Amino acid sequence: MKRAFPILATFTALALVYASYQALRVAPTDALQGDVYRIIYYHVPSAWTAFLLFFINFIASVHYLVDSNRSASRVAKWMVLAIGIGGCVVAYVTPLPNGMRPSVAATTALAITAVYFVIGKYFSGDRLDMLAVTTAEVGVVFCTIVLVTGPIWARPVWGIWWAPGDIRLTSTLVLWLIYVSYLVLRRFSNSAQTQVLAATVAVFGALDVPLVYFSIWFFRTQHPQPVIGGGGSMDPRMLHVLLISWMAFLCFAFLVCWLRYRFETMRREVEEAQVLESLLGDDRGPSAETGNPKVALNRSGQ
Amino acid sequence: MHKQSFTGGDAMSLPSSTTRGAITRATLTKDIRLEWRSKDALNSMLFFSLLVVVIFSFSFDPLAEESRRIAGGLVWVAILFAAVVALNQTWARELRNQVLDAYRVSPAPPNALFMAKALGNFLFVSLLEALMTPLFIIFYNLRALGPACQLIPIALLGTWALVVNGTFFAAISLRTRSRELMLPVMLFPISIPAVLGMVAGTTAILTGENSAHFWIVLLLTYDLVFTTACLALFEKVLDAE
Amino acid sequence: MNSSMKFLYAAYAATWTIHLLYIGSLVRRYRRLKQDLRELKKK
Repeated sequence: MKRAFPILATFTALALVYASYQALRVAPTDALQGDVYRIIYYHVPSAWTAFLLFFINFIASVHYLVDSNRSASRVAKWMVLAIGIGGCVVAYVTPLPNGMRPSVAATTALAITAVYFVIGKYFSGDRLDMLAVTTAEVGVVFCTIVLVTGPIWARPVWGIWWAPGDIRLTSTLVLWLIYVSYLVLRRFSNSAQTQVLAATVAVFGALDVPLVYFSIWFFRTQHPQPVIGGGGSMDPRMLHVLLISWMAFLCFAFLVCWLRYRFETMRREVEEAQVLESLLGDDRGPSAETGNPKVALNRSGQ
Repeated sequence: MHKQSFTGGDAMSLPSSTTRGAITRATLTKDIRLEWRSKDALNSMLFFSLLVVVIFSFSFDPLAEESRRIAGGLVWVAILFAAVVALNQTWARELRNQVLDAYRVSPAPPNALFMAKALGNFLFVSLLEALMTPLFIIFYNLRALGPACQLIPIALLGTWALVVNGTFFAAISLRTRSRELMLPVMLFPISIPAVLGMVAGTTAILTGENSAHFWIVLLLTYDLVFTTACLALFEKVLDAE
Repeated sequence: MNSSMKFLYAAYAATWTIHLLYIGSLVRRYRRLKQDLRELKKK
């Protein structure tokens, strides 16, 4: 396991260099925007990565809330299966908005189910919460990048830094706000149940996302605004580079999450040891020799 | 988790549906009575709302041509801030008298307590709105060019949207440092679609330029989704130390 | 054309700056944790 990290880190570094080279040199110049459009190769993959991380956070939070209760857990499993199967059916039967391809919608629905069961299998209890805080923090970092590169891109292209009706950027801003408030809650909460409270906030945030999207969408139809990043189809060569860039950033995100997760594991062990030390520390009798603090220290001191 | 009752054996086997309503009503009546007795808090809140309206009328020129366009936003932002101040108070009293611990060990379903608190807050905030709205109408010479009766569902649904999440997050923020700050920090991001709905709907009716239909449906959806979520998850929040 | 290129460089620079700042904060927190661990071991 220890050797995997340097190997992965090297691979990721190479992938990022390769992706940047593709983005700056190989990808064709845009007819309308010139070379500045290449910001897209950082902006869009960061957005997709952030959304994926927040999605994992949502699934982990749901698991954390329902796993303790047998019936709630069963209800959740059936609902997730229904979303997966129902999503596939709906994708092919009903007309989809904005020219979305049915295969994309079906894959997304199945992915939700798959992620739910995979996370349920490999994470439980406290580790779910560690996964939640990891993905939330790293997700906020990527989301910040989206919000910074977005206006930097908009300014030369549209002449404005921000368009309130720009549905994508505004939805991303709200998502960022929700998750920053999630992290603030985790920092300021001094309850023994901080994890449960944070999980409920994550669930509320996730429920909010479609509502945010639709409210801004309708606002835009009443107040037409420029859409930053444009819509519609893309030159296949550009799409190719975009996907390469996304793969590189995903590897990078995975590395950072790994670091953060290991840090969280260590932090909890040290915290436990500190608590035990403060409980048993004054008692220097024979019973203290066989006490736990030293065992805990040996474990985390590796 | 089987909750113990200290009042006697019969209380262990409460029939759930009828008692839930009775408990909600009893808690709500208690809260209203308490609030009415301590009229100081009520009066200061009303005066605070008045001040907010006055400050806004100095900051945003009411005589300007566009005042009708921005009035919708101003009214709701003012109500939002007044509501946050009100919401912060309502749980604090419970905490002071350790009423929360009593609720936790009682056989009463947590939902009933939540509904009582939310309804109490709803009445309180509606009272503030009833004071602030006429003042805004006077200061800004407002007159609805669209169907004014549609303002009522917007006001009701919008207020409930703020209050239901506000009550929930106020309960969460009880166990945090900087309690009064945590409530708006958590509430505002989640409330953005509702605030957009309230403001855009009100502006649509005041200017008469658009239909407020979609916004009313959005607010209704928002209320249904989050009322369900609050009722489902409140027990976990109440049980937190 | 040249003036809009500076936006491209700014965006790329901003991206890596933010990533490095975050990793830097992780390293800082990790060092503080190691120090706490050392203090615990002493006791």
